[in-house]
This record gives sequence, C-alpha cells and structure tokens, in this order.
Amino acid sequence: MTSLTKWISNAFEKEEGQEHIYHEAKPFSNPYLVGIGLGLVLLSAFVIMGRGLGASGALSTVVAVTVNTIAPEHSAGNNFYSEYLGDGTANPLKDWLIFQTLGVLAGGFLSGTISHRVKKGVEKGPRISTKMRFVYAFIGGGLLGFGAKLARGCMSGQALSGGAVLNLGSWVFMMMVFVGGYAAAYFMRRQWI
Amino acid sequence: MNAPFFKFDYFNSDVSLIIAFVIGIAFGIALEKGGFGRATILASQFYFTNMRVLKVMFTAIVTAMLGLYFLSVIGFVDLSLVYLTQTNLLPMAVGGVIAGLGFIIGGYCPGTSMVAVATGKLDALVFVVGMIFGILVFGEMFPWIEEFFNSGYRGTITIPSYFNLSYGLVVFLVVLMAIGAFAAAEWGEKKMAAKTGKEIL
Repeated sequence: MTSLTKWISNAFEKEEGQEHIYHEAKPFSNPYLVGIGLGLVLLSAFVIMGRGLGASGALSTVVAVTVNTIAPEHSAGNNFYSEYLGDGTANPLKDWLIFQTLGVLAGGFLSGTISHRVKKGVEKGPRISTKMRFVYAFIGGGLLGFGAKLARGCMSGQALSGGAVLNLGSWVFMMMVFVGGYAAAYFMRRQWI
Repeated sequence: MNAPFFKFDYFNSDVSLIIAFVIGIAFGIALEKGGFGRATILASQFYFTNMRVLKVMFTAIVTAMLGLYFLSVIGFVDLSLVYLTQTNLLPMAVGGVIAGLGFIIGGYCPGTSMVAVATGKLDALVFVVGMIFGILVFGEMFPWIEEFFNSGYRGTITIPSYFNLSYGLVVFLVVLMAIGAFAAAEWGEKKMAAKTGKEIL
C-alpha cells in the first residue's frame, strides 16, 4: 500500500517541477457568478447540440471498449457493454462525451494554471492519513461509478443537465444524492473535518 | 424554430466532436473556478460549513432552465428535441443514494474528479480508478441486475407533465425554491462560521 502511494505520488512528480511556486494561488470565484457561467455553458450545449453535459458516460465507454478488446465474446451478450459499443459501424471512442470529458481535463488544467492552483497534493482533513484517504477515495469512486450507472447518469448528466430540463428522474436522483451524502456525513467526519 | 442546431443538421457529427471538446473546456474552467476540483470544499457542503456546491449547482440549473424556457417561448428552441433521459424511479432513487454515499466517502463526483486530476490531486486519481472499477463491477453484474435497472419505468417525462402542471409554473417554483435555498445557505454559513471560527474558502 505504501509503495502504491509512492508510485502515485511519483507519477505527478514531473508536474510539480513545472509549478510556479512563487505565485500565490488565487481565491476561487464567487459561487453565484460561477453558477451563471456554468448555466450558460449548459444552455449552449442544449441550444447547439440538444443535449446536456456529462461525465460518467465517457468512463463507461472506456470500460466497455477495454472489456470488448480483451474478451469480445464476453461483452457480446451483455446489454450494458453493447449500449456503449454501438452497432460496430462507428468507432465507439469517437463519442461526444469522451471529447467533452477530454475538454473538461484541458479546461480544468488551463483554469488551474492561470490561477496558480495546479498543485500536487492530497485533499483531506487533518485527522486522517494519506493512505486511508486513498482507501476511501477508491471505495467512494467505486460506489459512485456503480450508483451513476444504476441511475443512468451522474451529477453532471442527471442532477445538472436533467435538473435544468425538469426531468422527473433527474430531480429524484438529485434529492437522493443529498440524502445519501448527509446520511453518511457524520460517519465520514474524521476524513474531512 | 432553428435550434437545437445539431438536430437541424447545421453540422455533421465530426464537427460535433470539436464542439464537445470546446464545451468541455468551458465546463472544466467553470468547475475549477468554482473550487470543485477540491474534495475538502465539496465535502464541506455536507457539514454546512461551505455551501458552494449548492449555490453553484442551483444557480447553474436556474440559469440554464430560464434560458431554455425563454428560448422555447419565443420559438427559437424546440424543447421536444432536447434530450431527456428516461425515468426509472426506483433504480434512480437507489442509484442516487449510492452516488451520494460515494460522494461523501470519495470526496468527488465524476466531473469534479476530472478537474481535480487535472489540477494535481492524487486522491482524485485514485477516485477515478475506483470509479472505473465500480463501472466494471456494474457491467459484470448487469445480467443479474438488468431487471431492476429497467424497473419503475415512467418514460421520458418531465415534472410538469408528471404532475400535470404548466411548464412555466414549475420553472417559477424552481426559481422560488432556489432563492429559498440560497437564503438558507447564506444564513447557515454565517452560523457555522461563528461556531467554528473558520474562514470560508
């Protein structure tokens, strides 16, 4: 586990060397202004494409393509994988959500760089070790991957995009995310505060 | 009516991928500027110390909702051509609870974890690996959970049509709810700040 922690840290070592260490990180922007900006991005997706934003879909495609490459006969009979693989006439990786997610990575890095907020680190409260934080990050990621697939979308695709078009299921999903989060918050307090 | 542009064949699907990348960049910038690339900020939503998540989220929903409603009322956007995910009530509710647990345990959601990885957060990288694992488990289990996944089907349905209310009225109610939530969030943050003596990021 410790070596894994080190390996992950080393993977980012190079980036650290390029940091502008003499610049102070700028504070985050006003949440309401960011919200309006984000809302306009979402609106432009609706107007230009007729669809909202997403995130978990791109990873699903990557998983489906990987499984299909390793064991094609295994993925063939599975309706979940085949939905992301398509009918075989087009490359499943030439997908809207994959390109949008690559954009999110680029945009996040760009914005972080401009504001001097790109910094190698681990996000956690003071009362938990880095190792345990990684364990929780893995478990939480696993739950979110599973839950988002069961709910046909995540916070971006369902709560945000579906919320803005008043989709019934999206609002149910959003409320239940808050229920799940607040219900477990007490037990997770050592990790964050 | 001449929008959504893609549905009226203004450009082909190859061009749509470039648009996807550009919209993704804007999405990433907004998330990063909002502080959503940091798990400590996201998690503080659940301890009432920093209500950024709620503020950004509801402002964005209200902005896009009002914009889309306005553009459809003036006849620019055909709302029926805007994609709606189908509703399966119970699977979505259960999925929401699981996702909520994942959010507070893991510290991110799928979109925010991408921004966190892009800004150097190692825990986000582990989170993404966990997410890939979770999706793989879901995929492998799918033959057994497919029936549940497709249960509670209500079609592609909006809140106004489900409750038989006018679209404009629901838009108005969501705006009212958001304003109420913002007022409560501002009040709650001040209370918590006085209690913990910590500055809000």
